[in-house]
Amino acid sequence: MSTLNFLKNKYLTAYALAVAFLLASMLTAISVGSVSVPVSDIVKIIGAHVFRLPIADQVETTNVNIVSQIRLPRVLLAGFVGASLAIAGAAFQGLLRNPLADPYILGVSSGASVGAVATLFLNISIPFLGLYTLPVFSIAAALLTILLVLFFARRVDRTMRVETIILTGIIFSSFLGAFISLIIALTSDQLQQIMGWLLGSVSMRGWNYIGIIVPFFVIGSLLLLMNARELNAMSFGEERAQHLGVDVEKRKLMVLVAGSILTGAAVAVSGAIGFVGLVIPHLARRLWGPDHVHLLPLSILTGAGFLMLTDLVSRTIISPQILPIGVITALIGAPVFALILMKQRRRS
Amino acid sequence: MLKLENVSGGYGGEPVIQDISFSVAQGNFFGILGPNGSGKTTLLKMISGLIPNSSGSIQLNNRNIDLFSRKALAQKMAVLPQLTAHAFSYTVRETVALGRYAHHEGFFQTWTSDDERVLQTVMEQTNITGFQHQTIQELSGGEQQRVFLAQALAQEPDLLLLDEPTNHLDLAYQKDLLDLLKKGTKHDGLIVVSIFHDLNLASLYCDRLLLLEKGKERAIHSPDGVLKEHLIQDVYKTNVRKYPHPVVAKPQMHLLPDALEMHNKPIKIDSSMLSVKTDRIALTSPIPLRTLSSGVCGAGIGWNNQFVNRHVPDDYYCADPADEMQAYLETNGFDVSRTVGMMTAVDLKNVAHSHSENKGVSLFTVVTAGTENATDSARPVAQTLAQGTINIWLFVNGCLTDQAFIQAIMTATEAKAQALKELDIHDKWTGTIATGTSTDSILVAATQQGRSVPYAGAATELGQLIGQSVFTETKKAIINDQGK
Repeated sequence: MSTLNFLKNKYLTAYALAVAFLLASMLTAISVGSVSVPVSDIVKIIGAHVFRLPIADQVETTNVNIVSQIRLPRVLLAGFVGASLAIAGAAFQGLLRNPLADPYILGVSSGASVGAVATLFLNISIPFLGLYTLPVFSIAAALLTILLVLFFARRVDRTMRVETIILTGIIFSSFLGAFISLIIALTSDQLQQIMGWLLGSVSMRGWNYIGIIVPFFVIGSLLLLMNARELNAMSFGEERAQHLGVDVEKRKLMVLVAGSILTGAAVAVSGAIGFVGLVIPHLARRLWGPDHVHLLPLSILTGAGFLMLTDLVSRTIISPQILPIGVITALIGAPVFALILMKQRRRS
Repeated sequence: MLKLENVSGGYGGEPVIQDISFSVAQGNFFGILGPNGSGKTTLLKMISGLIPNSSGSIQLNNRNIDLFSRKALAQKMAVLPQLTAHAFSYTVRETVALGRYAHHEGFFQTWTSDDERVLQTVMEQTNITGFQHQTIQELSGGEQQRVFLAQALAQEPDLLLLDEPTNHLDLAYQKDLLDLLKKGTKHDGLIVVSIFHDLNLASLYCDRLLLLEKGKERAIHSPDGVLKEHLIQDVYKTNVRKYPHPVVAKPQMHLLPDALEMHNKPIKIDSSMLSVKTDRIALTSPIPLRTLSSGVCGAGIGWNNQFVNRHVPDDYYCADPADEMQAYLETNGFDVSRTVGMMTAVDLKNVAHSHSENKGVSLFTVVTAGTENATDSARPVAQTLAQGTINIWLFVNGCLTDQAFIQAIMTATEAKAQALKELDIHDKWTGTIATGTSTDSILVAATQQGRSVPYAGAATELGQLIGQSVFTETKKAIINDQGK
């Protein structure tokens, strides 16, 4: 039984660390900016929101407004996007038995991007959707892409082997990527807007965007968490998983759909932010092992914290200019990834 | 109980497997053999439920396997895969614990004390408890295979399926793994069904074997009934020889390489290869000869190309003559692993040898003889060993069957006894005519090329050569020795 205790302690430490990282990132990201808000104020403001208490008098109204109208929704959105991409990445890496897979591998992000870019290009605005025309179109395009990819992969190979899925993803990604390039080539007025969206951003989205991503995040994450053990089994190979008693076809479909929903929703609200879905699960696995029962929640926590921090960097590093967050994730993510890879290869 | 009835099926189109029926009872080890592409793996995948069978039925414990849910089936049946690379570094413990998946219900399964007990038991059985916190990637191939066996055993299955489980494992691990499985069948009543590439391993461990050819049953029987030369040659399209295992009562198949050097260069053993010195008579053959012999070392059945009859003094005594003889051979430049060594106290210059030939078979006979120790084997008397030995070497230029070797020894022994009778040599203790001495040795060595000689009884050509030459040379050697 001492073994069990040892393992419990190991994961208890992991969760404590991840939660601490998330909270620290969140408070820092809310606190730092063109106007600095003291952490104590942030705690009071958020506490008041959560427990429906009146805000203490000593907190300045401007700070209240900055936190609750601008920083908090922005940081939370970054958190949800980071969490979605990280857990989807962790699940895809396990399912595809490839530690270098990322959530965009199935072409879902390309689908979401086509939806969004087309909305910008054609200047579509559905009256009752208003500002949310873009994320709604984008999510619809993402879901359509998932269905097409899965339908196509199933037509090619009924059991949908991992290789088939990866190849199908590549086909769809390049095909949809060509559409995006086409639109970029044809556009003149909306170029800045389109490029800005493609590089990814969580700024100026407000609470409503959080309302868009949260249901997808909750459903997608729950679906994946419910399949954590199955992911463990499937990461040993699909036949192996089947022999261990996993209903592989059903579980694989659940993971693919859940991961795609998460990815599609994240891309729809913030653009295609790269590297989070690749680096965070990889890092989490290196730190705490590959057991998906813990890897998935730990990826959520670290992914959220990581994207909050990168967003902070993107808006403060050459303030007042705001850099696209995707540029920062790649600038930080790629070297970190290179370091991990070098350390790993040298060790083995 | 696993039962297959008229099972056919495969990957669609032409069925790979056609009309296979067999059943395996509790506690039995069942082997599936067949050349590449004969459908072994397809059949195994059909049993494990990965590929549906198009007709017939596969039943486990009297229930059709398609009626089981994946989980229910995994509680009854486990599969040990071939060794493959793994992308992630799970610990040994995590890997084995996955074997309990099928026994968990609901989404948020808890690890029970029952799970922990099974986990500990299987880790101990497979001897991996010691590295349970290491990652599987840190382990050697043999250790990894034990981890996956533990994972399969953690499912607590009634039936274990294996696809060439010993692939990529070195000799000791192959044996350990199969021993462990065999123990599982004997102690826990486990049913093991395994594909084998290695016919000899299959023969050693399986109770029954199925031989597949192009998806159809070619034979299904005990190892002795399946491992027949003509059957294996026909199915695998290659030459094999069947030979009994030296220790276990199971047949073994030996491959016959086509490019045998010995076919290139015809060899004839004769007196030109013999060297007689005061301390030893030696014969060195350019190729290994198949030998059946008694002696101090290199005795029994084997392949040897050096033959030594060493002179020892009358008062030679050694607690371990074999050891001492080996040392002697080594110091004199003989390769002990390819040498048959004998000893004698008689003067070696009294050796008698001759070459004789009869219808394409030729024989070179070498005899040294001393008769101080002559005995009548029909009237055995306990006596201290005096010196005096008859050592007979027979080199046959021909291809002998095992039976011919044995008959050659019979014929030679009879001729020797006749020689002693003719010279009227008596057993000193009983006073009767002697049949030999109490320390005689004999060697029959054959080139195994040229004419094939199935028999060597007294009436056959070789038998006649042996009878005559042994009779003559033994007499000559005894007379030489008596005249000293």
